[in-house]
Amino acid sequence: MIITKQKPIDEILKYLEGVKNVFIAGCAQCATVCKTGGEDEVKKMEELLKGHGKNITAIEIWDPPCHLLEVRKRARDNKAALDKADVILSMSCGDGCFTIFHGTGKKVVPATDTLFLGEAERAGHFAEVCSLCGDCTLFMTGGYCPNTFCPKGLQNGPCGGVKDGKCEVSPDIDCGWLLIYNRLKELGELDKMKKIHPPKDHSKSIKPRKVVVDAVKKRT
Amino acid sequence: MTLKEKIKNKKFMITSEIGPPKGTDVKTILEEARLLKGRVDAVNVTDSQSAVMRLGSLAVSRLLKEEGVEPVYQLTCRDRNRIALQSDALSAAVLGIENILVLTGDHPSRGDHPEAKPVFDLDSVQLIETLKKLESGKDLSGKELKGAPKFCIGAVVNPGADPVEPELIKFEKKLKAGAEFFQTQGVYDVKAFAKFIDKVKQYNTCIIAGIILIKSPDMARFMNKNVAGIFIPDSLINEVEGAADKQDKAVEIAARTIKELKGLAQGVHIMSLGWNRLVPRILDAAGL
Ligand code: SF4
Ligand code: SF4
Repeated sequence: MIITKQKPIDEILKYLEGVKNVFIAGCAQCATVCKTGGEDEVKKMEELLKGHGKNITAIEIWDPPCHLLEVRKRARDNKAALDKADVILSMSCGDGCFTIFHGTGKKVVPATDTLFLGEAERAGHFAEVCSLCGDCTLFMTGGYCPNTFCPKGLQNGPCGGVKDGKCEVSPDIDCGWLLIYNRLKELGELDKMKKIHPPKDHSKSIKPRKVVVDAVKKRT
Repeated sequence: MTLKEKIKNKKFMITSEIGPPKGTDVKTILEEARLLKGRVDAVNVTDSQSAVMRLGSLAVSRLLKEEGVEPVYQLTCRDRNRIALQSDALSAAVLGIENILVLTGDHPSRGDHPEAKPVFDLDSVQLIETLKKLESGKDLSGKELKGAPKFCIGAVVNPGADPVEPELIKFEKKLKAGAEFFQTQGVYDVKAFAKFIDKVKQYNTCIIAGIILIKSPDMARFMNKNVAGIFIPDSLINEVEGAADKQDKAVEIAARTIKELKGLAQGVHIMSLGWNRLVPRILDAAGL
């Protein structure tokens, strides 16, 4: 899931300076779970902006706003309210924010900061577990990603900074390489750690990336 | 004899360390270099240590060489991608610098530019392999070099790492990748160090034991709390606390430790943390 955090309200208001008519678009998926773009948050935002003298032309929760076809459909359904709006306030991730602009052609203001791809550990608790490197090696590291659990992204074992099981970067971070070591040991797979792993192939993550699924290619 | 030859001949070696200044005034470090000249076999030059931006280790390594001191050029993976690392290693070679000590490097969040982008494109094991590749006349992507460098490649190992097994796994990988000598984290407990040596004896490689001067009881406590793999026993801290002259005591403890390490390690690496003036006295006291 894409983890987002609402921006400070002052920042949002700064982006809306001189703007009168706002269309608020939330997200029924990740941002709902993150409590940054679900029904409650969108309604709260409506009240807040009204309190700052804005005219809200509509509030909508799109499902999801990162899907171009959904955005286009919702844009048709909400043509009047969108035409009246000066901007759309996107209460979803950066992907949603972009797709809303792409699908509506309107000016868009992000209401959130998009943080990471994460696991929902329990309600309201999210943890970053994958850095989208394009070359997954989790099989070699017992399921813990060295590019994510180790802030240095080391591929061949711990650095000299691990102390009391914690990473040198912060006492709040478990050393990723100790997690990998303990897990591999548990699995009886320490030989995987003993192997020298080659440098990461960063050409697999040159941006912007695009994917066309093979099955779709054949159809078209 | 170069460091490489001394390693091969199993000579007992003394190395020390100089930290380049923040800025261009190299007067003090050159004075330190002159003090160390003839007394130590080589001097490490740190690479923006603790992720604090400083004058470059390559330039200072070359300055040491011009002073007649053999440098050990420290090269971290923190700030350079694989193109810059290889390019700097080749630069070292043409400047007559043979010894390269490969380190991961501290995370920038620990230093004085915490906003910096951490690089770590290669890790220390991969960087050692890369230097070996350059020696073979090819670069990391397999392209032919016009003129191949010759290095003496060093790495670090932390005998006090807890747990020690992952550290030993990495040590073995560094060795397999081509490391020719190892400098260790500061040793205070010689008995514990002896146990470590027992574990790595089978590899028959060159281990140079680290000596970090204890400048004050507070510093000792700080290191115990914050520096990975450092254990300064209370007895030692009490000894420093009770000393009339802290510098004399630092010299005494370092010299004593060096004497005890002599049969165990193939050398000592003295990290004086700014007290390089004391190094000749330490060596005198240790009978070296
Ligand atoms: S190796 Fe890590 S960053 Fe790469 S795809 Fe797998 S989990 Fe994600
Ligand atoms: S302490 Fe562990 S997690 Fe932190 S940078 Fe070093 S190896 Fe990575």
